[in-house]
Amino acid sequence: MPFLNAMPGAITQGIIWGIMAIGVYLTFKILDVADLSVDGSFATGGAVLVSMVTAGENLYLSMFCAFLAGCLAGLATGLFHTKFGIPAILAGILTQLGLYSINLRIQNDMANLPLSYMKYKYPITLRNINQSLVICAVIAVLLIAILYWFFGTERGHSLRVTGSNLEMARANGINTDNNKILGIVLSNGIVAFSGGLLAQYQGFCDVNMGRGAIVIGLAAVIIGEVIFGKIFHNFALRLLATIIGGVVYYVVITLVLNFGMKANDLKLFTALVVGFFLGIPYWKNQISQKFSRKTYSDKEEVIENA
Amino acid sequence: MLEVKGLYKTFNPGSVNEKKALNGIDLTLNEGDFVTVIGGNGAGKSTMLNMIAGVYPVDRGTITIDGVDVTKLSEHKRAKYIGRVFQDPRMGTAADMWLEENLAIANRRGKFRGLNWSISGKERKEFKEMLTSLDLGLENRMTTKVGLLSGGQRQAVTLLMAVMNHPKLLLLDEHTAALDPKTAKNVLALSDKFIEENHLTALMVTHNMRDAIAHGNRLIMMNEGRIILDVSGEEKKNLTVEELLEEFAKLSGSEFANDRALLAN
Repeated sequence: MPFLNAMPGAITQGIIWGIMAIGVYLTFKILDVADLSVDGSFATGGAVLVSMVTAGENLYLSMFCAFLAGCLAGLATGLFHTKFGIPAILAGILTQLGLYSINLRIQNDMANLPLSYMKYKYPITLRNINQSLVICAVIAVLLIAILYWFFGTERGHSLRVTGSNLEMARANGINTDNNKILGIVLSNGIVAFSGGLLAQYQGFCDVNMGRGAIVIGLAAVIIGEVIFGKIFHNFALRLLATIIGGVVYYVVITLVLNFGMKANDLKLFTALVVGFFLGIPYWKNQISQKFSRKTYSDKEEVIENA
Repeated sequence: MLEVKGLYKTFNPGSVNEKKALNGIDLTLNEGDFVTVIGGNGAGKSTMLNMIAGVYPVDRGTITIDGVDVTKLSEHKRAKYIGRVFQDPRMGTAADMWLEENLAIANRRGKFRGLNWSISGKERKEFKEMLTSLDLGLENRMTTKVGLLSGGQRQAVTLLMAVMNHPKLLLLDEHTAALDPKTAKNVLALSDKFIEENHLTALMVTHNMRDAIAHGNRLIMMNEGRIILDVSGEEKKNLTVEELLEEFAKLSGSEFANDRALLAN
């Protein structure tokens, strides 16, 4: 059963991309901003990790620097968006494009860099998939715990309000520009961190490794929502749903590859699936509007004795 | 408490869409003043409130709140001094956050938001008491998403959020215009109660002349970006809608044109 044998690997990759998808969740779901810089910052994370480790730096320090490099990329997008007034999508595309050159520089003008397992003995690797799976799962749980704490703080709350209602946020003294920047910085930091994880797992980094990351991230977010949206209401569980969404995505990919789909067709397959699921809320809305033409305020509970 | 001097604002200057919204507004509010604002379509009522709140930068003029010159302060920095309720009930609250979370956000207006827990147990108790005083049964729905409340309930909550930490100035921008008549009446009564209990200084834009006369201690009428009438005290109490319309025609040389006001009166 080649399919079952491939499962632990698919799950591990799913968790790594699920961690990436949590970064996408922060911008797309919480801040209500579609940030495309992640395609670039994912590769940046991988590039920083591999080039630092091969230069003899400590692995953990290298992972931290990968995170910081992603934060910087996010800062660029955040500034483009808030201080230059560029729409978020375009700001992300600009960063993504610029990062391509930066990533090549980090990789010393090579399109990809190998990370020799024999030489550096890092813990997350294709050579020991079960161990990698456990470590990645632990990292995912830790990340969820940290974010759960953060979004329970005053600052985290103000980030949620910024995404939910800009006018109300400002009227209540929240600096929405700074919060958007902070959210995009954090998001890209997480994305770059997961890029570092993937570079370890596959044993190399590639300047194109982030291509389509935003779409895979969205796929994970949406799959998580479709499966668990009705039962997971707690914030930590919603993040967990995103990780599981990433895992489901990779399991399905492994499945369709086993059924004979060409690997080169995968991106088309993903784009169509994500496009379809993104359309669902719109269609739902259209259908419900057809059946009832109701405005939001009238006819509902009238205030008594106010 | 509030001092507006020589305030000018032109939108889209130099284009075909140029609109002179404010043409030299001078307005001083004493502490405890509750001023109602009326005027025709495009008179600049909402623009004036938005300028005071800092939504747009001013072209010319100064705005001082309680001795602090806020003219150059950004909207979120000014929020420290100002509580606001908008016309659209959806605008004043975050729909996909809980009721208690919305209240906690308002409770931190003007304070630094750090890494402390977003709602304390003590706050929860206080919020519960405040909601109980609204008498809408909301005290049992603290963990309901605000988007699930009715328009009137949301407007009552926004009002509570606007006054809960005693702002220097309360801005009500046609905050009952989107509600049905009965709900509008109740929200208006609630506004009166809050303003009186907390001794707030308030500006209330309304399209309803009767309301403008019945509420507050002072009334101003605007036309083409200017204040054309300012009455207070006994004189204001004795006003009638007919007198106001006459006064408007005399001062502006035109008919009072406000679609909603004509329908409402």
